[in-house]
Amino acid sequence: MSGGVDSSVVAGLMKREGANIVGMTMQLWNQRRLPELAGGESSGRCCSIDDVYDARYVAELVGIPYYVVNFEDAFEKSVVKPFVDDYLHGRTPIPCTLCNNFIKFDTFIEMAEGVGADKIATGHYARITRHAETARWELRRAVDASKDQTYFLFGLTQTQLARTLFPLGGMVKTEVRELAKSLELPVADKGDSQEICFVPNGDYKAFIEAYCREQNIPLDNMGGDIITSDGQVLGEHTGYHSYTVGQRRGLGVATGEPLYVISTEPETRRVVVGRETDLQTAAFTARDVNWISIPAIHAPRRAQVRIRNRHVPADATLSPVGDDTRVAVRFDQPQRAVTPGQGAVFYDGDLVLGGGWID
Amino acid sequence: MERYYFDHNATTPIAPAVIDAILPALRDGFGNASSIHQPGQQAKQALECARRQTAAFLNCSPKEIVFTSGGTEADNLAILGVPSGHIVTTNVEHPAILAACRDLDVTYIAADADGVVHPQGLRDAIRPSTVLVSIMHVNNELGTIQDIEALAFIARQAGALFHSDGVQAAGKIRLPLRSVDLYSISGHKLNAPKGVGALFVRKGVELRPRQFGGRHESGRRAGTENVAGAVALGAACDLRRDNRTIGALTDRLEKGILKRVPQTTLNGANAPRVPNTTNIRFAGIEGEAMVIALDLRGFAVSSGAACSSGAVEPSHVLTAIGLTRDEAKASIRFSLGLGNTIEQVDGLIEAVVASAAHLRRLSPVYV
Repeated sequence: MSGGVDSSVVAGLMKREGANIVGMTMQLWNQRRLPELAGGESSGRCCSIDDVYDARYVAELVGIPYYVVNFEDAFEKSVVKPFVDDYLHGRTPIPCTLCNNFIKFDTFIEMAEGVGADKIATGHYARITRHAETARWELRRAVDASKDQTYFLFGLTQTQLARTLFPLGGMVKTEVRELAKSLELPVADKGDSQEICFVPNGDYKAFIEAYCREQNIPLDNMGGDIITSDGQVLGEHTGYHSYTVGQRRGLGVATGEPLYVISTEPETRRVVVGRETDLQTAAFTARDVNWISIPAIHAPRRAQVRIRNRHVPADATLSPVGDDTRVAVRFDQPQRAVTPGQGAVFYDGDLVLGGGWID
Repeated sequence: MERYYFDHNATTPIAPAVIDAILPALRDGFGNASSIHQPGQQAKQALECARRQTAAFLNCSPKEIVFTSGGTEADNLAILGVPSGHIVTTNVEHPAILAACRDLDVTYIAADADGVVHPQGLRDAIRPSTVLVSIMHVNNELGTIQDIEALAFIARQAGALFHSDGVQAAGKIRLPLRSVDLYSISGHKLNAPKGVGALFVRKGVELRPRQFGGRHESGRRAGTENVAGAVALGAACDLRRDNRTIGALTDRLEKGILKRVPQTTLNGANAPRVPNTTNIRFAGIEGEAMVIALDLRGFAVSSGAACSSGAVEPSHVLTAIGLTRDEAKASIRFSLGLGNTIEQVDGLIEAVVASAAHLRRLSPVYV
């Protein structure tokens, strides 16, 4: 229970259905750390005192036992460190997926089992079904396409799906808010959470720098040249970790035409820029692929592939490469800003076939 | 569901005799103890009666008792009220001491692996400029008893005042008031309600107030006296306590768990301990999960320290005595008190055995 409307409604619904439930909030990050980051303990950041207050109040109203569980160590190890590390290695990470893989559907499921719960229910917008013949658990997109969170759930395994309930997957957000009102939950009008929960105001550059200072990770020598793909030096930057593939603004170089970040190269500390057309990519390889609704493919298969959360899945062909943890993806039409470190999720309509990390 | 309470070091249920004492004080004794009229005088009498009860319990003069809002205020007042200068304390104190010391000139003595503070550590830490030594009498996490007489002797020979946080000692063991200059107690650890405590201040010890207003408590603690609270504390001080029985129950619990759950270790095993506390480490287990699992079965126990959200952080005491963060998280504190029975203890042992086995089946850490 995050203290937001979605998980609060889940608690209310489950209780109304007569389930024997326990409410839990995960304490993931100590907001007293990195005090130089602006924002303080305001709501809308993860684990803020206000949100815990709301979650606790909702649990009281719903009438269920409630606990805050401390996963700060696991969260730092499995989400925050890799997040910073990815940026320092020129990749653009998705911490929400890591959090789902290693915290919400791993550490948290283990905690739930530990206290005697058979299943966890969360406020994610996604659906879980089961194949009638094979009995394989399937993941499907949420009915509310604008809220669908399957992009961040591609790491879910059969064991995890078997233990998980997504009661909101079949609803649209307005229905959820209506339900919150009818359940008389005081969070019905609370805003949606935004951005990366542990990064205040979405300023990931400031977060990385503050975290590295705290951990004594040297951040000098991050600066280098801004160059074009044919090697022409256009200017200098002070840290490649503050550039993201596809970024246009804030490059600090003036040319006649709009320039975009094409890639960042940690070894040479170069940021490569180019025209928008240079951002188009037709093929890539996904690593650490997890197959969800189907077994690993051993022949090419058509799919729609999503390479960012807000990306409209594009028609592509998936091809096996002789290693079930990798798959070659070739789009019918080149796609903009295929970014190493981001997830690639394979769909067949609303069915999530699987996904992996863009290599 | 029946609920069984095994967390008396966190707080205690209010004893029936204390409730009997506090209700008339709330109902009829509403006067302001500083007023000259009869209702005021009645309140003053009740307050001074409570002071005499508390003094008798601590074996000191009533004039040496300052009522406070609790243990934290008593500790703060001791640290911040004495003349400023170098302070010596330990790394296993309660946050009420550690946080009060934060910006002062402080030397922290390290407790050993059982939570014991050795006299030599104190001798090494004391300087000519040392004005105060503050060492807790009994540790809240481990139940470890410090040799306060020996430590206080060293401090006073060196010309420093000696304070002891006795919040976890009062009511459990004999108190060393002859040796110390300042001593803190808390009502709610003694079967009185929250919101009242006391600081013993030896006659002749100069103590400046830390909150300002009227001349209450001989000018040492401003604020209209919490008469009902003081009455409750006084009544709690008068309670007859059967520590022998509590000690036997604690032993039964400790032996039962150590015998029946494999890979368990008693934290602070080699130190003298109060009769009601046992702190057990379950290798490979997430203590937080066990606390919740036991709570859902009706047993209240504790692990670590609560942070502001209500989540649990590893106990600083356990890491201070050399446990890793994971070992600290795998430790559970059981603290017994008024109302616990042999049937409850046996029920708790069964629940712990079952919960430990269940958690270890799930835990990838445990081999």
